[in-house]
Amino acid sequence: MATAQDRASVPPGAGLNDDIGEDKRLAIYRSQLRIREAEQRAYDLFLQNLVKGTSHLSLGQEAVATGFAEAMQKGDLSFCTYRGHAHTLARGVSVEKVLGELMQRDNGLMRGKGGSMHLTSEEHGVMGSYAIIGAHLPIACGAAWRAQYKGDKDVSVCFFGDGTTNIGAFHEALNFAAVWKLPVVFVCENNLYMEYTPIGDVTAVPHPAADRAASYGLERIIIDGNDADVVYRTAQKAYANARAGEGPSLIEALTYRHSGHSRADPAKYRPEGELEKWKERDPIKIYRERLKQFGVGDKVIADIDASVRKEVDDATEACKAAPMPPLDILTTDVYADGGWAWRN
Amino acid sequence: MAEITYRDAVIRGIAQEMARDNDVVFLGEDVAKAGGVFKATVGLYEQFGPLRVRDTPISEQAILGAAMGAAMTGLKPIAEIMFSDFFAVCFDYIANEFPKSRYMSNGQTKCPLVVRTGNGAGSRFGAQHSQSVENWCMMIPGLKVVAPSSPIDVIGLLAAAVRDPDPVIFLEHKSLYPTKGEVPDGEIVDRLGTAKIVRPGRDATILALALMVPRAVEAANRLQSEHGIDCEVVDVRSLVPLDTQTILGSVAKTHRLFTVEENPRLCGWGAEIVSIVADEAFYDLDGPPVRITTPHIPLPAADILEDIVLPTPERIMDTVRRSLQS
Repeated sequence: MATAQDRASVPPGAGLNDDIGEDKRLAIYRSQLRIREAEQRAYDLFLQNLVKGTSHLSLGQEAVATGFAEAMQKGDLSFCTYRGHAHTLARGVSVEKVLGELMQRDNGLMRGKGGSMHLTSEEHGVMGSYAIIGAHLPIACGAAWRAQYKGDKDVSVCFFGDGTTNIGAFHEALNFAAVWKLPVVFVCENNLYMEYTPIGDVTAVPHPAADRAASYGLERIIIDGNDADVVYRTAQKAYANARAGEGPSLIEALTYRHSGHSRADPAKYRPEGELEKWKERDPIKIYRERLKQFGVGDKVIADIDASVRKEVDDATEACKAAPMPPLDILTTDVYADGGWAWRN
Repeated sequence: MAEITYRDAVIRGIAQEMARDNDVVFLGEDVAKAGGVFKATVGLYEQFGPLRVRDTPISEQAILGAAMGAAMTGLKPIAEIMFSDFFAVCFDYIANEFPKSRYMSNGQTKCPLVVRTGNGAGSRFGAQHSQSVENWCMMIPGLKVVAPSSPIDVIGLLAAAVRDPDPVIFLEHKSLYPTKGEVPDGEIVDRLGTAKIVRPGRDATILALALMVPRAVEAANRLQSEHGIDCEVVDVRSLVPLDTQTILGSVAKTHRLFTVEENPRLCGWGAEIVSIVADEAFYDLDGPPVRITTPHIPLPAADILEDIVLPTPERIMDTVRRSLQS
């Protein structure tokens, strides 16, 4: 099983290498904080019974979504899982659209027809959040195949959890992408738990993604998924390789989920002290310190903090005020003609 | 006008659409260099090249997933699943992914693809290579399901399927591949959701699909010559969308309804059509609708067993004759 100690073998984060630049660093900080605040708000709204159904937060995993998104170019495509709020927000979708969907209001991304697990924003390149484990890895291959066939330069980036690596579609997609040399980047967020069960208890190898990379002729890549700079640099390299026609990458980002698997899960299965230990390496805390190391003033950081909080507050109020979806959307968009008729 | 096989019609249908539109691409197991296990894709690789006609690993999930990702982002893929029984291996895409992405995304995403597959029995392949799976697919909102019975319909309906903006399941019947039919020269494009009256008649309507169509026609011809019973045979062709207009029109004319299905009786498409007719045309009927199906068993391999499972012209004749004479 992957543990915190594995990070010792991971290349150190930023150090004081300033190749990323202050503007990008501030964007990375803002994005991570935006995800954190929006997801914490989603949790608060659950407790008020304003978010229904289920929801899967990725508190503590913000650096992965942010680092990969910040390295993407316009036109690159993201394929997310049901734990996809972070990846969707990281591509620039508004907090209001995401919270609106979680609250199943008419102002939501899909006007309440998709829900928390199916966030999609084609205009942002967010090509869907897939609630069947592993389903979207082959789909990302197909989008990458289109790019290869048409000579487009976009990359398809496919996020999934450690539990996905034991699904057949994972292996089919990796082999397929490698054989066809597709411009797709597979990102395994190893948060150490497959739902309620430690991934090591149910997986034959210690690193569920990286240890299998060789099976598909791919490089074994394990990174510190809590350091957004490390993630960002790794993403840049993988995307450049994909755009250059060198084929897919499989990246295992080590991280940790601060909350349970879903709304219903208090995560009592975690050993005592584990959460606290990982919270010392909270990606947002790490990044705030990083900014200070690079000489970013307290006021700049405080201003970002305040503006993100205001954005989330404003979005919350807008969603509370938004109407529920009208009933006439119930039967729209089953078929491409806009309707649901299956007979003439 | 030339007479060609159903198998050659598949090749011609795919080639027609690939020649017309560079966004049409084709993938599947053994489909390119080998020309397909049923030889239904011979020559496409040579004609359209390795970028457009691609062999895949035996990875049904990857085939359908990749087809979907390509369709969502601008291509018009045709994916082959060698035997329709293998739909079960990649059913997530058929049931959860293709048909639901448009709805869940409130119309943002699209999935214009075709899944072609060899469906049906008659080849002595046993229970895992002989099933008719149209009922698996028909019940899923968001899918379209087509099953042609003749070469001309193969080309026309395949063209319609490729040009359709929704995901279409295209069921080719394995036992029909060597059968022949007249096909005109030039481009052929049909319409989904249209049934075809393949033999007009007055006394009863027989609805059939795929391999059951020629069997129903043979039964109707013999009922006419041997018993003076004049049956109308309607080739349903498309289960979704379903041409209820033609079906109800035929029942209104003949007042009797028989459905001939090559699949286990439970929850077959014939039951759905009988239900529609009972709801909407009950007073047109002069007798109870009758379903002719396979029994609710897996398909056996031995020829003597497989032959008695599938509805035959004789069984169709006997059923119609006894029902009309009772």
